[in-house]
Amino acid sequence: RRWAELVPESSWSPAVGASKMKVKMLSRNPDNYVRETKLDLQRVPRNYDPTLHPFEVPREYVRALNATKLERVFAKPFLASLDGHRDGVNCLAKHPKNLATILSGACDGEVRIWNLTQRNCIRTIQAHEGFVRGICTRFCGTSFFTVGDDKTVKQWKMDGPGYGEEEEPLHTILGKTVYTGIDHHWKEAVFATCGQQVDIWDEQRTNPICSMTWGFDSISSVKFNPVETFLLGSCASDRNIVLYDMRQATPLKKVILDMRTNTICWNPMEAFIFTAANEDYNLYTFDMRALDTPVMVHMDHVSAVLDVDYSPTGKEFVSASFDKSIRIFPVDKSRSREVYHTKRMQHVICVKWTSDSKYIMCGSDEMNIRLWKANASEKLGVLTSREKAAKDYNQKLKEKFQHYPHIKRIARHRHLPKSIYSQIQEQRIMKEARRRKEVNRIKHSKPGSVPIVSEKKKHIVAVVK
Amino acid sequence: MNVNRVAESLLALSQQEELVDLPKNCPLSENEDEGDSDRERKHQKLLEAISSLDGKNRRKLAERSEASLKVSEFNVSSEGSGEKLVLADLLEPVKTTSSLATVKKQLNRVKSKKVVELPLNKEKIEQIHREVAFGKTSQVLSKWDPIVLKNQQAEQLAFPLGKEQPAIAPIEHALSGWKARTPLEQEIFNLLHKNKQPVTDPLLTPMEKASLRAMSLEEAKMHRAELQRARALQSYYEAKARREKKIKSKKYHKVVKKGKARKASKELEQLQKVNPTVALEELEKFENARMMERMSLKHQNSGKWAKSKAIMAKYDLEARQAMQEQLAKNKELTQKLQVASEIEEEEGGTEEVEELLVPHVVNEVQMNVDGPNPWMLRSCTSDTREAATQEDPEQLPEPATHEVSESEGERPVAEEEISLRDFEERRSLRKRSELNQDAEPAGIQETKDSSSQEVLSELRALSQKLKENHQSRKQKASSEGTVPQVQREEPAPEEEVPLLLQRPERVQTLEELEELGKEDCFQNKELPRPVLEGQQSERTPNNRPDAPKEKKEKEQLIDVQNFLTTQSPSVRSLAVPTTIEELEDEEERDQRQMIKEAFAGDDVIRNFLKEKREAVEASTPKDVDLTLPGWGEWGGVGLKPSTKKRRQFLKAPEGPPRKDKNLPNVIISEKRNIHAAAHQVQVLPYPFTHHRQFERTIQTPVGSTWNTQRAFQKLTTPKVITKPGHIIKPIKAEDVGYRSSSRSDLSVIQWNPKQITTRHSKELKKNSVG
Repeated sequence: RRWAELVPESSWSPAVGASKMKVKMLSRNPDNYVRETKLDLQRVPRNYDPTLHPFEVPREYVRALNATKLERVFAKPFLASLDGHRDGVNCLAKHPKNLATILSGACDGEVRIWNLTQRNCIRTIQAHEGFVRGICTRFCGTSFFTVGDDKTVKQWKMDGPGYGEEEEPLHTILGKTVYTGIDHHWKEAVFATCGQQVDIWDEQRTNPICSMTWGFDSISSVKFNPVETFLLGSCASDRNIVLYDMRQATPLKKVILDMRTNTICWNPMEAFIFTAANEDYNLYTFDMRALDTPVMVHMDHVSAVLDVDYSPTGKEFVSASFDKSIRIFPVDKSRSREVYHTKRMQHVICVKWTSDSKYIMCGSDEMNIRLWKANASEKLGVLTSREKAAKDYNQKLKEKFQHYPHIKRIARHRHLPKSIYSQIQEQRIMKEARRRKEVNRIKHSKPGSVPIVSEKKKHIVAVVK
Repeated sequence: MNVNRVAESLLALSQQEELVDLPKNCPLSENEDEGDSDRERKHQKLLEAISSLDGKNRRKLAERSEASLKVSEFNVSSEGSGEKLVLADLLEPVKTTSSLATVKKQLNRVKSKKVVELPLNKEKIEQIHREVAFGKTSQVLSKWDPIVLKNQQAEQLAFPLGKEQPAIAPIEHALSGWKARTPLEQEIFNLLHKNKQPVTDPLLTPMEKASLRAMSLEEAKMHRAELQRARALQSYYEAKARREKKIKSKKYHKVVKKGKARKASKELEQLQKVNPTVALEELEKFENARMMERMSLKHQNSGKWAKSKAIMAKYDLEARQAMQEQLAKNKELTQKLQVASEIEEEEGGTEEVEELLVPHVVNEVQMNVDGPNPWMLRSCTSDTREAATQEDPEQLPEPATHEVSESEGERPVAEEEISLRDFEERRSLRKRSELNQDAEPAGIQETKDSSSQEVLSELRALSQKLKENHQSRKQKASSEGTVPQVQREEPAPEEEVPLLLQRPERVQTLEELEELGKEDCFQNKELPRPVLEGQQSERTPNNRPDAPKEKKEKEQLIDVQNFLTTQSPSVRSLAVPTTIEELEDEEERDQRQMIKEAFAGDDVIRNFLKEKREAVEASTPKDVDLTLPGWGEWGGVGLKPSTKKRRQFLKAPEGPPRKDKNLPNVIISEKRNIHAAAHQVQVLPYPFTHHRQFERTIQTPVGSTWNTQRAFQKLTTPKVITKPGHIIKPIKAEDVGYRSSSRSDLSVIQWNPKQITTRHSKELKKNSVG
């Protein structure tokens, strides 16, 4: 204890004085507080005796409560809106080497390249007639590919045309059918398009080196696996998701769901996990080795989910929906942890999580690209060490006390537009009715005659080998 | 009859066909050939039935079906025999003859060879392909299982996973590919080339090098120091100018301006002596300024301000003064400078010198004298004159005394005398200054004269005013003496205010209010208050509506528990006889008696009351000693916190009232605190299996108050760390220590998938069997 060091010296007696007089004075040992060198740390005497610091749980509880409140107070996720497109934004792509650059394709065939730090458009290309259906960047970041409604695949240089040069594509491939999606291989000069079949192209050739079909239906999107790069996933409008192997040039397996899947996205950290954005308002995370049961069903949207993208850390993903909102889901949770919406944001068509895992971009019907923070209340910019420590401590406290009702209530509170809110209520009622009916049916029939189907299995129609 | 039979047979046929249809839906079984023969037979029958339909009853050709005894040399037919022909049957006759050994061998070889199976259909093949490929792929993928598991369970993940090499290309690389294209770029490039600016090696140009060589180090240092000094001086000067510019005082600026003008005139003088031509030019400048002044409407008393002042001038001396000052200034500015003769100039010079001799204070005093209230203004001016300082102490206390003694008539007279004396003194001073300024130009003298006249007139007016004031004061004093009612009226409202404030405390009913109102009318206001209060307090018991209320209150005040304890015996004694009276049954009475005897020892009600008292006591919060030794005072061995402090921290919080406070024969347990329950977790959260586990995690504090720095850091490390501004790439096999497949994904595609190799076909077979 600090006061224990201050020992009163009582036995001081003047040699001459006839009468002894006690003088109390304080003395400190300088060894206890003087540093030997200037480089030594200052000693801060502390006593960790728990009796001196009582009420640790209530105090931490209050701190956690305050941290939660502050988190909600500072939750201002919206950063910027990039406007300039003259039609709905149909597709987005990230630059693989540059965090500040993003590309977007609109419904009028226009492709724009944006600078996120300056928040302006740095280049505009009229790439296609009609929609730009898909856009993807080459892994090296020197060029990008677009497909459009005009049955062409075009390759463009990432840098703008030099002085006196025309703005024109490096290569143009004329196809027989409309391509609805494109994705580039993560390591090699190969890209895949989809339409009536999945074609795999060498960049140097004008004919696909391999095309793979299974059934006859239009395929809406194709995605390369970022880890095991020879794997592809696609989803078609006949409600199925098909997996392909590029090396063996065959499809692998097909899973048929209740409704159509709009797009899929592979987990960048777990090679066999992918998430499918479905029309039935849900997202399904699959282990591609066991397609008959999804790993997790993510539900919170109240309209068709149009796009999904994984955080580069592979821990979360973001989904864009027709219900004019985007939601962030942890991979292992079935409910979203965050919902973003603004008054002006219409149906969100495409969404991307930036490569540094800090921001989210979404392109919507009303011609804007919006930039959001992935963590709504995060402080941007450089943090001092003290700030960082406080942030970590608060985070830990929030985590520790997250089950407490007051904290939970505050942490969970989100504002929703009335339309979404009422739709959620409505769907809750519908779901409850359905569940009740099922329970009743089981109750009133011969035991075992009505099978109990889990929520995960309910939406899987069949797995085709 | 015939027709009837035909119809029957048709019916039977249709039934049969229905029966036949059923198995069609099922997948075909092994006995396909049997089904075929059946179908043939039925077909035959159907044909017969149809042919018999037309009534002509054609003669049927009897078909013979018998075992073919005749063996054709072209084909072997097993028809009729009912059994398949086996190769062994053929071999049997051969056995005996040895000459047919070669044939035998051949046949044996044929026997040993297996028949090539029918190729599978395309769909089946594709499916098998897919299954094989899927098996392979999932095998490849399962190598990621441990890594994924590890990452999921990791305490902390730091992204980006792999080490990044900063890709900094040397400038030569960037430059080699670059060319100046736009005209601007080319121009800049040309310029750089002209100066021989090294592009690749950012060093000095030859020019710079040469210049460096030209200057020695000391020289350069001196030069630099000089430059520094100049810069510093400039900055000082700028700062000073800025500071001066900010000063708001008009007086200061006036002084500055004057100083400047004086300086300028001095300089001019000197110039005239040294360099008359330049001086002339300077003079011309003055002349120009004068002309400008004449042209402009400045100081002409025609502005907005001047107009407003003109209106005020009639009544306000100050305004008049200000206007005149303006006009004077105009005159001064538009006055022609005399350059005629040197003598005059000299005179002017002496004038100025003389002017300088007179301290500024004099001028200021002049202005002050002109003002309407010299008393007030005096404090503003910084007087250094002795006379003023002598008189000041006399003047200053004057206003205070003035208020205190209003009736005294002599004092004001003295005061007037003092002020008049003051004025006279000032005037004398001014006269002195005027004497000094005798040689001033005529115009200025005129204005000054006029102003002095004005001052005189003002003085007169002032003295008159003072006299009037004095008179009025006297009058006032007399009026105070004669009319005492006025004085009485003034304090009256002051007395009423507290009465009004006190009333609401007393007033309890409407009737009372009315009574009070009546009282106000009748009672004298000067009645002392305590009497009034006493009256009211006396009155309250008389008031009838109050009485029952108080009774009610008293009833409420009676403690419920006391009531219970006192009443309980009587209640019991009352209750028992009534029941006995009502029932009057002997047996019943016996039973009662028995019960009474059985429970004779324990007084239930008392026990209950005791129990309740205990419960109440247990639930009331106890005093807790919360004093922390050493806070706010000395601590240490043998030192106890002071009693004052202990009293301060020895507190028991007052809890909410008990719910059973008003229910005498009920105990409501208050162990469950609903206020706390709102903060408690109701259900055990997911990863925990026992509530103790959860409690333990909650009870271990995380903060730095309870943990050492290192432990705190360890406890609060975030699960996922990302570096801002760093691209996180997807996980790679190399990152986690696996050897990535060397072969390209592309290389395999070239291989034709349609061909089935032997290895593949084996797998196929395995699959088809399994």
